[in-house]
Amino acid sequence: MSAYRLTAPFQKEELAKLRAGDRVLVSGIIYTARDAAHGRFCAALDRGEELPVDLRGQTIFYAGPTPTPPGRACGAIGPTTSVRMDAYTPRMLHYGVNAMIGKGGRGEEVRRAIRETGAVYFAAIGGCAAYMAACVQKLDVVAYDDLGTESVKRLEVRDLPLTVAVDSRGVDAYEQGMQAYREACEKA
Amino acid sequence: MEERRTISCEAIADAVARLCIQANTLLPSQVRGLLCEACAREPYAPAKETLELIRHNADIARDQGMPICQDTGMAVVYAEVGQDAHIVGGLLEDAVNEGVRRGYTDGYLRKSVVRDPIRRGNTGDNTPAVLHVRLTAGDRIRLTVAPKGFGSENMSRLCMLTPAQGLEGVKAFVLETARLAGANPCPPMILGVGVGGTFERVAELAKEALVELREGPHPDPYYDALEKELTRQVNALGVGPQGFGGLTTTLSVRIKAAPTHIAGLPVAVNVGCHVTRHASAVL
Repeated sequence: MSAYRLTAPFQKEELAKLRAGDRVLVSGIIYTARDAAHGRFCAALDRGEELPVDLRGQTIFYAGPTPTPPGRACGAIGPTTSVRMDAYTPRMLHYGVNAMIGKGGRGEEVRRAIRETGAVYFAAIGGCAAYMAACVQKLDVVAYDDLGTESVKRLEVRDLPLTVAVDSRGVDAYEQGMQAYREACEKA
Repeated sequence: MEERRTISCEAIADAVARLCIQANTLLPSQVRGLLCEACAREPYAPAKETLELIRHNADIARDQGMPICQDTGMAVVYAEVGQDAHIVGGLLEDAVNEGVRRGYTDGYLRKSVVRDPIRRGNTGDNTPAVLHVRLTAGDRIRLTVAPKGFGSENMSRLCMLTPAQGLEGVKAFVLETARLAGANPCPPMILGVGVGGTFERVAELAKEALVELREGPHPDPYYDALEKELTRQVNALGVGPQGFGGLTTTLSVRIKAAPTHIAGLPVAVNVGCHVTRHASAVL
């Protein structure tokens, strides 16, 4: 299994090199947005408005952290279930978002939009939020402050451990992983 | 009239606040034990690595007082009230919500509750709780706080089977639920299965099976065997930790059964993640 260190925001050329199942450590700038923020993004795009943050070329982390306790950069943080964002994702990718971080499988329309735009969907381990909190060095709310945990936050992260869940060719690591496990069982 | 033991709403609110924080930062020993067993058993190296990170995360949460998961859940609260106890200083429900408000605010826990399911709007303090009250013997109150994250809650299902569908119908429904859940509920899951009762009771049974996380085997050998068989069958799906393949799709399947109607066989599966958590106190 190949291991990459990547810096966000990503270039499409470097995303094209990633393969489903690759483990990567991501550092750099990413933005949180989940259900409510995606609803507002798409409504703004429908009205022909600019988004409150320019997300073209950027990475969206489907996450809503716990409030930041004193003396820390960020509270507990981790991925939410990505499939809920599927209704908005093709729109966001065609708008220009480069990469997404979440957990769980994606629908066919999302995989198609990934292939069309050369984006990548990464999976983070769900429920490891105390561990992941230490990967966040800085957090700033940049839009929709009224949404609380669902506001859009700009994060500076260091060595966030991720798996390429759907690569830019649309290959799905969830299907691949179960297959690899079955093959390993048959050999054993 | 004999003297009755009084319990103040203030004491109830204090206990609930403390339990909200405890439940979210300290993984129950039963779940920790199940995780350790799964780690030892998992034959697939990438899956084992994920399970070890999950265990490591629970240690960090405990040592640093951080939430294990950022989804600190909707607060499900069980109050088993001794019918000889006298609650003073307000209403039980208000005291529980005050405790949730304080616990989620003082404990830096996430506020994940919206006022209206369609019109949305965060309540800002994680209230209201989902409160289950049961009268019991004695003059004490036992409080259990079981925060429920929705990654797993969303994958839960309920079905009104017919008596003819019987045991095979129940097994097929549990397996189908696990398969449909896939990678979404943060496997390895813990599955709470309710069988019997009525439409609303079967959902409660499934939730209770998850929250009680009984130590040791099911007291009824029939259901003990069924729990073990379902655990084996769910793990044969190969979904694995986080859905990337492996033996450990579920840490355990727990069943709670109850009498039902001659015409029915309700079954409900409440899906719990690897951070299935609760904390209890007796006042």
